[in-house]
Amino acid sequence: MKLSKFIVFVLSLALSVSVLAQSSPVQEPLVFESQQQQDRFDQLTKELRCLVCQNQNLADSDAVLAHDLRREVHELLQTGRSDEEIKQFLVDRYGVFVLYRPPVQTNTYLLWLAPLALLLIGGWVLRASISKRSALLNTDGQQDQTD
Amino acid sequence: MSSRILPLVAFIILVVLLVVGLQISDKKTQIPSPLIDKPVPDFDLPVLASPDHRMSRESLLGKPYLVNFWGSWCVTCRAEHPVVTDLANLNAVYIVGMNFRDESEDALAWLQRWGNPYDVSLVDYDGRTSIDFGVYAAPETFLVDPSGTIVFKHLGELTWDVVETEILPRVASMEVGN
Repeated sequence: MKLSKFIVFVLSLALSVSVLAQSSPVQEPLVFESQQQQDRFDQLTKELRCLVCQNQNLADSDAVLAHDLRREVHELLQTGRSDEEIKQFLVDRYGVFVLYRPPVQTNTYLLWLAPLALLLIGGWVLRASISKRSALLNTDGQQDQTD
Repeated sequence: MSSRILPLVAFIILVVLLVVGLQISDKKTQIPSPLIDKPVPDFDLPVLASPDHRMSRESLLGKPYLVNFWGSWCVTCRAEHPVVTDLANLNAVYIVGMNFRDESEDALAWLQRWGNPYDVSLVDYDGRTSIDFGVYAAPETFLVDPSGTIVFKHLGELTWDVVETEILPRVASMEVGN
């Protein structure tokens, strides 16, 4: 009895380990010098766009190009480049489109300012309609009194 | 009065945006290359047909040339192959094939089977040079002037229209310029 319980315990342990192994997204064995370096890698690949499947970032994508670019980012980290230098390396080759957080510059003004403009227009429309309705209510009230 | 016109105006704006969006939708995946008017990235790669020989950016200076990224795994490269062959037959421009992320055996078999339009093919086995060129799809084609500057890039299948309207006039102007 005790032995069978032990076997079940060992089996379930083995099972849980294999489930863990499956869920960890290790496609290529990239080795990092420190946890800090790995954190920077994770952060960078989350902020960089995979250009083949353009709505995925480098961390999530399984495209060949994403593999190669992760390798490239990893190597640049190993050679001691800063996050900015690594981003610039990719921008030099693929343009600012590779960044999920594009810089504010002439061709991205629309992107950055459009939400603010829409908010202002919305506020203006809301105010106009409220004042109109309240004016309407007032005249209704006056009519009620005269009736 | 304006309360009736305003929704109509908003609707018309939406329709205009939809039409514009539909028209540029196939261009939306094309990312303008930051490499135009920049020097060709440095490379030094083995020649596909004779791996003991190497070719670099420096060894190609002095003449206009076309860099065509291709692979035996790339379906669209097969589709554009007749156009590249026609262009090669004109002898108008030196054509460098960049065989990337490919096994050389497969690449040589591909050229054997469909014909070799390239003046030379170089082996970019791990795709590092393709990253330096900002290549994210295949095929991609770059036109380089004699000073080693990229003057034009075409993404995807090369068509005869692109050859006639974009590549040949630029090559002709380079020769006049010299």
